[in-house]
Amino acid sequence: MNRRDALKLTGSILGTTVIGAACFLDGCKRANRESGLITTSDLALLDELGETILPATDRSPGAKDAGIGIFMKTIVTDCYAPAEQQRFIDGLGQIRQRAEREYGKGFMELSPIERYGLLLPLDKEAREAAGKGETHYFSMFKQLTLWGYFSSEPGATKALRYNPTPGKFVGCIPYNEGDKAWAR
Amino acid sequence: MQQPAEVFDAIVVGSGISGGWAAKELCEQGLRTLVLERGRNVVHQKDYPTAQMHPWEFKYRGRMSREFYEQNPLISKAAGFGADTAHFFIQDKDHPYVQQKPFDWIRGYQVGGKSLTWGRACQRWSDYEFTAPHRDGYGIEWPIGYNDVAPWYSHVEKFIGVCGTKDGIEAMPDGEFLPPFDFNCVEKHMHKVVQEHFPDRHLVHARWAHLTEPEEIHLQQGRGKCQARNLCMRGCPFGGYFSSVSSTLPWADKTGNLTIRPFSVVHSVRYNEDTGRASGVKVIDTNTHEEFIYEARIIFLNASALNTNLILLNSNSSRFPHGLGNDNGLLGTHIGFHLYRGSVSGRMPGFGDSYMYGFNPSEPILANFRNLKRQEMDFVGGYTTFCGAYRERKHHLPDSEVQIGADFKHAVSEAGDWYIYMYMQGETIPKKGNRVFLSADKKDQWGIPLLVTEVGYDENDEKMLADFLEQGTEMLEKFGCTDIRTRDSGQAPGLDIHEMGGVRMGKDPGDSLLNEWNQLHLCKNVFVTDGACMTSTGNQSPSILYMALTARAANFAAKEFKQGRL
Repeated sequence: MNRRDALKLTGSILGTTVIGAACFLDGCKRANRESGLITTSDLALLDELGETILPATDRSPGAKDAGIGIFMKTIVTDCYAPAEQQRFIDGLGQIRQRAEREYGKGFMELSPIERYGLLLPLDKEAREAAGKGETHYFSMFKQLTLWGYFSSEPGATKALRYNPTPGKFVGCIPYNEGDKAWAR
Repeated sequence: MQQPAEVFDAIVVGSGISGGWAAKELCEQGLRTLVLERGRNVVHQKDYPTAQMHPWEFKYRGRMSREFYEQNPLISKAAGFGADTAHFFIQDKDHPYVQQKPFDWIRGYQVGGKSLTWGRACQRWSDYEFTAPHRDGYGIEWPIGYNDVAPWYSHVEKFIGVCGTKDGIEAMPDGEFLPPFDFNCVEKHMHKVVQEHFPDRHLVHARWAHLTEPEEIHLQQGRGKCQARNLCMRGCPFGGYFSSVSSTLPWADKTGNLTIRPFSVVHSVRYNEDTGRASGVKVIDTNTHEEFIYEARIIFLNASALNTNLILLNSNSSRFPHGLGNDNGLLGTHIGFHLYRGSVSGRMPGFGDSYMYGFNPSEPILANFRNLKRQEMDFVGGYTTFCGAYRERKHHLPDSEVQIGADFKHAVSEAGDWYIYMYMQGETIPKKGNRVFLSADKKDQWGIPLLVTEVGYDENDEKMLADFLEQGTEMLEKFGCTDIRTRDSGQAPGLDIHEMGGVRMGKDPGDSLLNEWNQLHLCKNVFVTDGACMTSTGNQSPSILYMALTARAANFAAKEFKQGRL
């Protein structure tokens, strides 16, 4: 890690803001740490949300294989600011309601195709909100899924190419469309 | 107070990048040397707990908990700070100081100091940097010039291993280089565009303290080839980059002349009124709070720039009531730093068929092109620019595309666009009003007065920053970048981790504290060779100059010692 990476972390280059970053930028009040912020039934829901965003395919495992539910719980519980935690928990409620409203059953009872159909418009909504500088709860699920998946062992080693000890640096090698990116 | 039985010829306060060099040179010259380090011991390889950890083995995947950030708003800002490196940084609550003006004082208290987490850039100063402050009227004359330091740069470069290319650039003299790290394809393009469109500018390979091809002297240190992991700041199990812990300290230890005492914070230097020399140092054991006196004929202060100021300011005697050697009242003043606020970045279209193997731990350098031979701008001083191009996993898809599901997963598993970035490292003017001093009433847990920082930016900095952002944008446009963004981080001084001065070298004891051999003008057996000795800041990364000045001063001290003059 060098100063180049420090620049990237601030989002100055890619323009991405890490949710939870507000904490170390501005400081924030201590959360009311209630045990069971995220429940066991939430965990199963988070796994399936993650799997719908990044499903297992013939090319690589899905987010569930990466233990995405547990990862989200860990980050939200220990790293998110209280307001962000609240938005995240409320978001889970909204997803459940949406499933009931649109399909007449719980999210866990939906087929993979129904789940996909439910989340597709949500993702659009979230991206529109982000364009207006707002944080939609779905952006949290998605960002955590991407982060947790690609930094997990299955994500880093199977979806990406992982080589912790390259041995040397070669500046220019060919890249063909479809080649996996290097994991970091 | 206790007086330990061991006898030492020399005491080195601090085990970081310059303290390690003082220890190596003094021990090699046969002086029994005591190194005092306020933090814990760190042993090469053994004490790098995260060095071989995978990303998924970190609970928060590289980040820290909210609670940690809440408790450590200062240290968590440091470049390179993360779950993998946190053990090489202090925690805020343990080491308070007073910010009269905002100043981010980044510290690493352990054997090896910040040499474990340094940026590793190793450009030499040009003679223009030594002469410009006096020439353009923004500083006093240095008592030495490039020719005095050049052989010591070579001495250091050969031992630590610095990669790079001999480019024949006036702003950045060539050194003793190991083979360079490659440019990637986009950096080759940048290099060509700079050559074509900016004939007075030079974009060159990184000059970085990495063993791209180790030589015999490096193998003798037990160090090996850089593996291109770019996980340096965790401590490198291969010894691929230089640190005191992997190199100078074990080397000094092999002579049998080295003693390292960790957990030893130096309270003050003791002055003997009869001899007119320093007699030793007062040390407090950080764990037991016991006080010790260590005596020696030579004392090197390498406690890090601001802590060296603190120790001298706290070294009071009836001869020196305002700090050791401080008759002129300038101790702690003229603190400089590097202007790091500006960065420019943009997307580089094309080059989709090229990629890289391994992780480059270094960055190409665009040598200073401002005010080199005379003042040409509406500001004084110059800036070095670090830059590069990178290609990561794809983060963004066109808005029209579906962004969840199988196809999305495959798309974001591929490489994304190329991006180019530049950031500045600018010279600042050492000013009397930019100073540190001791708090009159606040003390740390060892009873040592807290340091107060009163250091800020000035108009010169703002003008230089504006120029960098403008020139950076113009260069990125010439490269063919789109979505160009300029940024002023607005960060406080200090976060550059290049704080210097306060005990500056000079020709005249009336306006400086140290002479041309880094001896206190008024107490000749005390040497200051860390960042505190700097007369001006230049625009190069300073660590290698500290190392060269240290080696030069230590060899002088050893000679004087042997001839009975010290």
